[in-house]
Amino acid sequence: MRNFASEIRSGLDQALENDPSVLVFGLGVPDPKGVFGTTLDLQEKYGEKRVFDMPTAENAMTGIAIGAALGGFKPVLTHQRLDFALLSMDQLVNNAAKWHFMFGGQRNVPITVRMILGRGWGQGPTHSQNLQSWFAHIPGLKVVMPALASDAKGLLLSSIFDPNPVIFLEHRWLHNAQTDEPETGKLIPLGEANLLRSGDAVTIVSVSYMTIEALHAVDVLQDQGISCDLIDLRTVSPIDWGKIEASVKKTGKLMMLDTGFKTNGFAGEVVARITERCWADLTAPPVRLTAPDYSESTSPALTKDYHIRAEHIAERVGSMLGKDISVEPILKLRGPHDVPGNWFTGPF
Amino acid sequence: MVYSITSEFALDLSRGMRRIRSVEEHIATRYSEQEMRCPTHLSSGQEAVSAAIGTILRNTDLAVSGHRAHAHYLAKGGDLNAMIAEIYGRVTGCARGKGGSMHLIDEKAGFMGSTAIVGGTVPVGVGLAYSLMLKGSDDITCVFLGDAVVETGVFFESLSFAALKNLPVLFVCENNFYSVYSPLSVRQSAVKKIHEKVAGFGVYTDEGDGNDVVSVHQKMSKAVNHIRSGKGPAFLEFETFRWREHCGPNYDDDLGYRPDQFIEEWNGRDPIANFEQQAITSALFTEADIDAVQSEIDTEVAAAFEFARASDFPSLEEASMHVFATAAEEGIFLK
Repeated sequence: MRNFASEIRSGLDQALENDPSVLVFGLGVPDPKGVFGTTLDLQEKYGEKRVFDMPTAENAMTGIAIGAALGGFKPVLTHQRLDFALLSMDQLVNNAAKWHFMFGGQRNVPITVRMILGRGWGQGPTHSQNLQSWFAHIPGLKVVMPALASDAKGLLLSSIFDPNPVIFLEHRWLHNAQTDEPETGKLIPLGEANLLRSGDAVTIVSVSYMTIEALHAVDVLQDQGISCDLIDLRTVSPIDWGKIEASVKKTGKLMMLDTGFKTNGFAGEVVARITERCWADLTAPPVRLTAPDYSESTSPALTKDYHIRAEHIAERVGSMLGKDISVEPILKLRGPHDVPGNWFTGPF
Repeated sequence: MVYSITSEFALDLSRGMRRIRSVEEHIATRYSEQEMRCPTHLSSGQEAVSAAIGTILRNTDLAVSGHRAHAHYLAKGGDLNAMIAEIYGRVTGCARGKGGSMHLIDEKAGFMGSTAIVGGTVPVGVGLAYSLMLKGSDDITCVFLGDAVVETGVFFESLSFAALKNLPVLFVCENNFYSVYSPLSVRQSAVKKIHEKVAGFGVYTDEGDGNDVVSVHQKMSKAVNHIRSGKGPAFLEFETFRWREHCGPNYDDDLGYRPDQFIEEWNGRDPIANFEQQAITSALFTEADIDAVQSEIDTEVAAAFEFARASDFPSLEEASMHVFATAAEEGIFLK
């Protein structure tokens, strides 16, 4: 069965095979675990000049990726956690994002930086940060956040072959998500959202793992006669404004879901933009469900109410509509709050 | 001292240094006109390193640099007209006026870009060297840096990777002892000199008087041969002295941040005057030869400023252009 991680691996494999200028490197890329299985055996297949481990030097290795890109290659740099990639903000912001602009459009920097997002199982304050809003704030960086296993490969290939620097954010809780969708081998354009469920009650806009929780919520609401539009954004920069606006004009209500912190986050940006453009269409105040404005603790006792889950989404849709709804069907299926399923037993 | 170099080469070195000096001093003279509206970092006084490497690097070799890049750009074969126009913020500038003095580029000459964050282009240069290694060429990448760059983490991270992969990269460090007003003594342990610290990585290192153009040239030639023969990266430290303030057209010795004796000593080590005096004594060229060279340079520099001032500014629409590339552009190295 194909899953999110095997789709990422397959995307890397396809890119390396089809284009000799593609390089894949990062800490642990050729190790026995292969970055949660996403890079397994690629070094054996393509050699250690194109697929390699690296020094623990996130900033320089980002600059080296930029230099290699300027030398005609398409590097894919991988970080086991987004938090580690913070050491490379200088190269990402001052060089990767600016190069095309500051040299008057002469050259572009086609690099892809994979960062894995953590959550739960004691990931704690420095292994769980969802800082997509930081990257999306920088002109010149694209930010991609796949949710469905069936989208992972198409979005990754688009990122690798995009002429710009792309931050590709993979949620750790999605790596085992399975798909039986037929393999299309097609690229999914960056900046194109995906309408996953259609309805006229509320527009729910989501990214990454939140989309999975939203799917559960929307399906339970549907059983109780409430049908929602669920838009999986897929890219946080650029944002598919047209799809969101069209939906809000239909429903009059907007709920934004984000895995990141609330204040100054991109959920606020979407709410602001839609409020500016669709003021007359709104029939209720827009809602944001995000992580709170404090870091994730390690103890499971302290994370019980930290993450937004399907029951929170369903309850809040009910209150937006002034309707009583039951979240019992969700709670009945729910295992421990700090794992994506009982199959997840750590260690990381 | 008698130089064992040809007359022609001696005149090349002299021409290279004089051209840089003339451009920088012309910028200093005209800066107060308020038409060059960006920070500029001049290289007057430390021309020898650039002039020497300029005679060694090929057009197909690559180079990157930092905020004080005019000399490196010119020595690597950069377009003088485009550089001056860039400083004037004109659309004919080498970055269409979007980068200014601190962001120079001329890929036709292999000058791949200079940026303003200290150490920021060091890994970019190493990445370019990685691409050269993958292509199996014997071209090299030259990374120009100042003494402060070796205080940044990214320098050592990049050096470590270059050594690990045996990359064809030449680090050229111009040590002028000051980072803005901060002397080396408050920034780096004096237990070892810069090149000695770098030597710990197992790369080829050398050092020298950065104002002695002939000796600089010899040391660079050896280092470049080392790299081209596949023996891995090299790091060269040359001590030198900038005449003018860190940023801007003025002299700032009245501020007292550099000891009087130090200034006096280095002012007596003008790389151009000293070299030419020796060369004339050695009968490599005459005063008249120098005058002819200078006259050509004066004409070229005057024309570059004319070109810049006659050029248009970019249109306002350009301010929001070039955020994203819309299609993959052919790199100059793609086959």
